[in-house]
Amino acid sequence: MTQAHEAPAQRPAPESLLAAAGLTCFRGDRLLFRDLSLSVNAGQALEVRGPNGCGKTTLLRILCGLTLPEDGTIRWRGRVLRSHDPDYLRELRYIGHSDGVKLALSPRENLAIAVALDSGADEAELEAALACLDLADFMDVPCRTLSAGQRRRVGLARLTLGGARLWLLDEPFTALDRSGIEAVRALIEAHLDGDGCAVLTSHQPINLDAGRSASIDLAS
Amino acid sequence: MTSHGLGHAFLSLLRRDLLLAVRNRGELVNPLLFYVIVATLFPLGVTSDPETLATMAAGVLWIAALLATLLSLDSLFRSDFDDGSLELIMLSPYPSTLLVLAKVVAHWMVTGLPLLLATPLLAVLMAVPDDARATLWLTLALGTPVLSLVGAIGVALTVGLRRGGALLSLLVLPLYVPVLIFGANAVAASAAGLPVTGQLYMLSALLVLALSLAPVAAAAALRISID
Repeated sequence: MTQAHEAPAQRPAPESLLAAAGLTCFRGDRLLFRDLSLSVNAGQALEVRGPNGCGKTTLLRILCGLTLPEDGTIRWRGRVLRSHDPDYLRELRYIGHSDGVKLALSPRENLAIAVALDSGADEAELEAALACLDLADFMDVPCRTLSAGQRRRVGLARLTLGGARLWLLDEPFTALDRSGIEAVRALIEAHLDGDGCAVLTSHQPINLDAGRSASIDLAS
Repeated sequence: MTSHGLGHAFLSLLRRDLLLAVRNRGELVNPLLFYVIVATLFPLGVTSDPETLATMAAGVLWIAALLATLLSLDSLFRSDFDDGSLELIMLSPYPSTLLVLAKVVAHWMVTGLPLLLATPLLAVLMAVPDDARATLWLTLALGTPVLSLVGAIGVALTVGLRRGGALLSLLVLPLYVPVLIFGANAVAASAAGLPVTGQLYMLSALLVLALSLAPVAAAAALRISID
């Protein structure tokens, strides 16, 4: 029995995928954080905590390259990132506050364009991704007619397509109902099981297994 | 079949923008309507004498086309900026320059192309001399893509501002002036029976210049705007 418990510890040390060091960021004149360091291993989720306005979103935008930090470096698989690094962007899925969903297009069309912009996927994979978030019956209606939670699901559906290793999720559970939160949590767990990693912010408890989630508090 | 690659991304984005334009038809007809209204009001408001009209026809049509494009520019990146699609585009591993170009091409197909199609009719209405009609059409065919491309830089710079409208005009209009001068001048020269190859070469050069540099500038400006 003890051997069975020790077995996981004998696995090779998890590969560190994303590492940032010395990040400093100002918003206007206000210092959001100084000399912030973080590291995320394969199979691990890093939860960014802190009160509103402490820079959680900014940190995520810095990690995906949309915002430039005042100072600091970000490494992906040990390599310092350039700006607009195609190899990095190919392995990255970012879900921001706004979903990037066009109201005049159907979920299928929205997902098709989102996927065409990064990895490419075939029709069956698109449908499976939408069905997995309970959108199977709404694939071809305009997103204008969907609820806020359903639109959020359309935005989240592209996470699983293309096999990205790093997910940056900014409040992924916003507007989702209980079953939606469970579905997204299952997606995150499956992603971590597949040696992916994630950095996420959420005001709701995420309840991942201990050992695979770490947290960082921006307030301190 | 899995389709991917830069070509697929470019065409998907182009197709998406055209699809959006077709689904929001109101926006689609606005620039065209403006162009037609200005051109039809001129004979009513100024004079219906064909000779007088003919002398100013080229200028009027060119200015109407220019302002119609300017009016439509704000929609180029506005909705993408508001709903977060712009972030998806900028986070694509493909070169942002080419994705921005796809959006500008779509913008031209939605605004510039209808103006071109309406021009032969309006040229008759404005009593443009027969010899000059082909030149007018050709200058607009070369000039309207430049208007969309150069305009894209201005919109990309102002899309993050709440009221960028006036600033956009101030930024973009000086850059439109050379296109207007060569375009209107070519039609006038052609009506007078003079050769117009010089002006057409100049417009072509402006088009090539805008095509190669404007997407780069617009993509860089967008990167600043979404920061």
